[in-house]
Amino acid sequence: MGNEAKLALEDGTVLKGEAFGYETVTVGELAFSTGMSGYTEALTDPSFKGQILMSTYPLEGNYGISEDWYQSDKVQVEGFVVREACKKLSNFGTKKTLDDFLREFKVPGIEDIDTRDLTLKIREKGSLKAALATEEIDDDELVARAQEHKSIVDLDLVPLVSTPEVKTFGDFDKTVAILDCGVKKNIISCFLENGVGVALFPYNTDYQTILDYGVNGLMVSPGPGNPERLTETIENVGKLITKFPVFGICMGQHVIAKTFGATTYKMKFGHRGANQPVKDLQTGKVFITSQNHGFAIDPDSLKGTDLELTQINLNDGTPEGFMHKELPLRTIQYHPESGPGPNDTRDLFEEFGKIIKEY
Amino acid sequence: MPVDEDIKKVLIIGSGPIQIGQAAEFDYSGSQACKSLREEGLETVLVNSNPATIQTDMDMADTVYTEPLTAELVAQIIEKENIDAILPTMGGQTGLNIATELGKLGLLEGIKVIGSDVQTIADVEDRDLFANFMDRLNEPIPKCHAVESVEEALEAVEEIGYPVIVRPAFTLGGTGGGIAHNKQELIDVTTHGLDMSYINQVLIDESVLGWKEIEFEVMRDKNDTCIIVCNMENVDPMGIHTGDSIVVAPIQNLNDEVCQRLRDASIKIIRNLGINGGCNIQFALNPETNEYKIIEVNPRVSRSSALASKATGYPIAKISSKVALGLTLDEIRNDITKETPASFEPSIDYIVVKIPRWPFDKFKGIDRKIGVQMKATGEVMAIGRTYEEAIQKAIRSLDIGLHGFEYLEYTEDNLANPTDERLFHMYSAIKDGRSVEELAELSKMDAFFLYKIENIVEFENQVTKEALEDEKFLLKAKKLGFSNFTLAKLAGIEEKDVKALLDKFDIKPSYKMVDTCAAEFEAKTPYYYSSYDSGNEFIKNDNKKILIIGAGPIRIGQGIEFDYCCVHSSLALKDQGIETILVNNNPETVSTDYDISDELFFEPLTFEDIMGIIEQVEPEGVIVQFGGQTSINLSVPLAEAGVKILGTPYESIDRVEDRERFTEVLNDLHINQAPYGLANSFDEAREAAERIGFPVLVRPSYVIGGRAMEIVYCVEELEEYMKEAVKVSPEHPILVDKFLEDAVELDVDLLCDGEDVFIAGIMEHIEEAGVHSGDSACVIPPQTIPEHLLQVIRENTRKLALELDVIGLMNIQYAVKLDEERVYIIEANPRASRTVPFVSKAIGVPLAKVATSLMMGAKLKDFNLTKEIKINHVAVKESVFPFLKLTESDSILGPEMKSTGESIGIDENFGLAFYKSQLSAGMDLPKEGNLLISVREQDQKKIQPIAEKAHALGFNIYATKGTANSIFDVPITRIKKVSQGTPNIKEAILDGKIDMIINTPHGEQASKDGYTIRRLAVELGIPYVTTLAGARAALNAIEAVKGNDLKVKSLNDHIANI
Repeated sequence: MGNEAKLALEDGTVLKGEAFGYETVTVGELAFSTGMSGYTEALTDPSFKGQILMSTYPLEGNYGISEDWYQSDKVQVEGFVVREACKKLSNFGTKKTLDDFLREFKVPGIEDIDTRDLTLKIREKGSLKAALATEEIDDDELVARAQEHKSIVDLDLVPLVSTPEVKTFGDFDKTVAILDCGVKKNIISCFLENGVGVALFPYNTDYQTILDYGVNGLMVSPGPGNPERLTETIENVGKLITKFPVFGICMGQHVIAKTFGATTYKMKFGHRGANQPVKDLQTGKVFITSQNHGFAIDPDSLKGTDLELTQINLNDGTPEGFMHKELPLRTIQYHPESGPGPNDTRDLFEEFGKIIKEY
Repeated sequence: MPVDEDIKKVLIIGSGPIQIGQAAEFDYSGSQACKSLREEGLETVLVNSNPATIQTDMDMADTVYTEPLTAELVAQIIEKENIDAILPTMGGQTGLNIATELGKLGLLEGIKVIGSDVQTIADVEDRDLFANFMDRLNEPIPKCHAVESVEEALEAVEEIGYPVIVRPAFTLGGTGGGIAHNKQELIDVTTHGLDMSYINQVLIDESVLGWKEIEFEVMRDKNDTCIIVCNMENVDPMGIHTGDSIVVAPIQNLNDEVCQRLRDASIKIIRNLGINGGCNIQFALNPETNEYKIIEVNPRVSRSSALASKATGYPIAKISSKVALGLTLDEIRNDITKETPASFEPSIDYIVVKIPRWPFDKFKGIDRKIGVQMKATGEVMAIGRTYEEAIQKAIRSLDIGLHGFEYLEYTEDNLANPTDERLFHMYSAIKDGRSVEELAELSKMDAFFLYKIENIVEFENQVTKEALEDEKFLLKAKKLGFSNFTLAKLAGIEEKDVKALLDKFDIKPSYKMVDTCAAEFEAKTPYYYSSYDSGNEFIKNDNKKILIIGAGPIRIGQGIEFDYCCVHSSLALKDQGIETILVNNNPETVSTDYDISDELFFEPLTFEDIMGIIEQVEPEGVIVQFGGQTSINLSVPLAEAGVKILGTPYESIDRVEDRERFTEVLNDLHINQAPYGLANSFDEAREAAERIGFPVLVRPSYVIGGRAMEIVYCVEELEEYMKEAVKVSPEHPILVDKFLEDAVELDVDLLCDGEDVFIAGIMEHIEEAGVHSGDSACVIPPQTIPEHLLQVIRENTRKLALELDVIGLMNIQYAVKLDEERVYIIEANPRASRTVPFVSKAIGVPLAKVATSLMMGAKLKDFNLTKEIKINHVAVKESVFPFLKLTESDSILGPEMKSTGESIGIDENFGLAFYKSQLSAGMDLPKEGNLLISVREQDQKKIQPIAEKAHALGFNIYATKGTANSIFDVPITRIKKVSQGTPNIKEAILDGKIDMIINTPHGEQASKDGYTIRRLAVELGIPYVTTLAGARAALNAIEAVKGNDLKVKSLNDHIANI
């Protein structure tokens, strides 16, 4: 049996399990994801910055780790909570275990936790701040660490994951500017696959810089934390939306909607997983989507604006997509780039690529 | 969108008798379909010839037909009932075949085919259309060519590339194929294969052997919304039929990118097929390159969809039915959460393992290898929080006497070429220190799954008495799914000592919910599995509760009939406002549908697992009468643990199962039984046999693994039998019963409330005593038994039921010697028997429901069941056998049960009813043509009237020498046996000259000739009978149907006419 690890919650609960990954103490918001595969993608997704991720699926690490699946260049979660972490490699071509992977990026993990029980708790109480220790620490102290940790509402997480400088990808006639709030590698690949080059800008890039750069479209990327903290980005985006076709994913939707005066709120425990049903109100069609967000737009706050609600989540009715009545502007809450999760809405990139090319 | 307005009346096609590859899953799906369509306000008509189904209960559809599933009869129903649409996707391959046939015959004009239409069915069923279809979609399938020479084979491989699988088209027993890795092997295997093939053709297939096998369950609605309900990974590689593979859900060892690629392909395929409903797609995946091929597409519900439904809580058949009507997935609610729509994908937070249950215990001497031909009759499913827990629970669920992994001797060949015991061979090899890497290479099983077994082995090595006294260690053991029995064995202590330790540390199972959403939403439907994780979700209330123990996997001898009874019992209790707790582990069945009981526990049916539930739930009582031998066997241990057993007192079970005690009961009641003896040695057995007189029926009094019973005719045979049987159970005596030659056997099902007895049905067997009652055809009412003997049977039945204090159901078997005018009792079973559904259908009384009410204190007179019901129709039950699928098996009948299922035939007279029952069982009796008769010596003196009748009916008779010599004044074409040179029987059969065969086996050891004849009949689908009684009945049926078109009549009409 491995070393003891502990997970303390802000409500005073302390759960004991076995340690894996790096030996340390970490804090964050405990969030659960219901996806059944794609742990590498999830762990490297910058949108999980500031969060301790818990998988509801009880076995993680089964097929090892490959760099091919990274969504950024490192593990982004603050910690990983699982029922069981697979110790032995069996999948052809992978050379790293989950344990190796977390150690490499200095992130702790805890296993032998009743993740279902803990998920039920979050479902009832909402997201909880937590502290995870894979080294010796007193229970009370660990609980105190969880309690003292700032709420995710008040944290600035995007600066921690955004690119520090402009980067370009692909050489095509048309280029999309991505405002990087925490972009995933798959988003960049999706544009390249559709023949659109990418210029990745830091989240706080001044609008004029982007205009001067000579791009043909704008995408505001997903990212971690509270959209309200991104006042600078919202301001800049507000000045760009009339300039060329605009697309926003997840945090990108929040940022863009805020330029129309939307208000956002923190959800009880968010949507994280690969099975969320989204209905397109225009076609009646339902898509299964990959999601990862803890904040949502209050659709009433956009009533009377030019931003029209076009897609909703069928589980709880929350807004999933908006379109501008006149401008080539579209936002969505879910992740069409997948990784992890279904590719069912990948054609949105093709569509946006086409709009850019024809604009 | 509203449902299609043009559809008002829908015909649902069932799948017919239970057989290998088409089992209880279609009763589950079909029953859901019936309920689902009715919920939408449609009028429903159902046709299914399998009486042992919930689906054919008259309250499941507006009108129920139990007619044979042929296109002609289904067309009659369509016309008679004025059907608007047919739903063929709930009845397995049978449903699709009938729709296709109806289409070909032009009988679907003006009729909608909903779910999957005829073109969709053709696109996936026809090999060429399928290849074209996949080619258009740019989806890869394994290449295949049919060739008729070695040269053509070489050419084919130019395109396909090595290795290839060479399969002779049509050979006896499917033999003669092989794998070719190079030119020389190809030449050798093809030459041999062409030789073996009766039509001189072999198929050259691109090999995907050893690849992973992956399945996706997809749903689509008319808006083109597509969802994946579940994906599954076969633990066994390609080359082993998915029905014979251990399967795990969800996929364990594929990365997300590959999973999504397979998902994309699945959605593309279902969209292009335009299916409104569920579809199963099977992939082969090269684990090294992640290249995939589409292996199979099933545009219907399937065994896998039943498994996926139970594994996730998403009712595929129910939703498919609504979608077939035109509803969209987002318009349908998720039953489990009640709040979220059906247009989502289940997320599961546990591991599901399915293990098949094979029938090899019933067919001694046949090859136990498993491969592309499915051989399993049923399966179990187990749910756990760890893979180790799930697989160990699944092993316990198999009901094969194992409580976990057990060491089995194996050969090197076993490791590479699996038998049904592969899981245990792998375990044993790991235990012997073989490396996982080596075993993975040999077996092509993913090392992931072997490492899990290695974990179990490594843990086992640490188990000692002292280790178990450590709370953490013990808890870990339970989390890994170890049973108390196994831990006790490993530590060399008693099972109760382990239980005491668990109690000391307060370690007990916690119950978790299957909720379709990994706890994201609140679940309203209590569907539980056990774990040893900390959180317990079982919420206890104060309602009166009864626990019903199910029957476990479908196997020969314990089939769907018992599930049928459990379902009825649960429904009866619910009607009375009593909360029902159902425990079972069979994913195929209706009983494990979460809406049948108030609470469903998906668990192994062992004492430990059941007690865990009882301790949590605290039911008022437990019903063991309906789950066959599985639940009956638990009654004594449960009663001894202080659990209240409802109905017949458990002591009565021992009074009939202990032969000496039973004899006392019979003597007291003056009920006649055949002479018998008990023997502990060969000498004692011989003494008994000689005292009683040969032939005798011998069997172990205590059966392990279903060791056969046999009829022996002489001392030598007895000696041979004893050698094997005594080895099986040294401490237990052998029963030696007088075998009643030429006796007619009868089955009686009765209800008793402690005061009155209701004889529900007296069934006369068609085949004579000596053929297992489960294998014999039978008829209600009896056709040849004189009234005064029936009276004796009734009297004995009443006396015995009252003496045994039966409350509920009992089954008694009798034998009648017509020449002696004597009735013998054979055995009594104070529980529901496999004929309960048949009798219930025949007389229109739901026996298991009434029995349940009796157990709750009701009386027979409350149901007005005071005297036997006289029916105005004749109902015949016929058995259905797995001989075609078990390629080496002989189709002779004997005291060991071999049938997997049953059909029913109802009509105004015996001949017509028997004819229908045969047709439903796959015996399309010819009305004329060439009849081959070849019977054993002792039957030759009785063959004359049969030959005369056949001749009178217009058959040309072919007979072998001995048989021909016994027939007089009837024109006969003499024909040689295979061993007698040419032209012979085999050639005549292969030339298509023979339309029906009467062949009775020679003694215990069937002769080679007889075997060849019977195998050919099985494989060519030539109607055959292996008993004289069967032959007489068949000729009666042919006589009845000659010049008489078969007419359909609903069960409702038959019953209304009583």
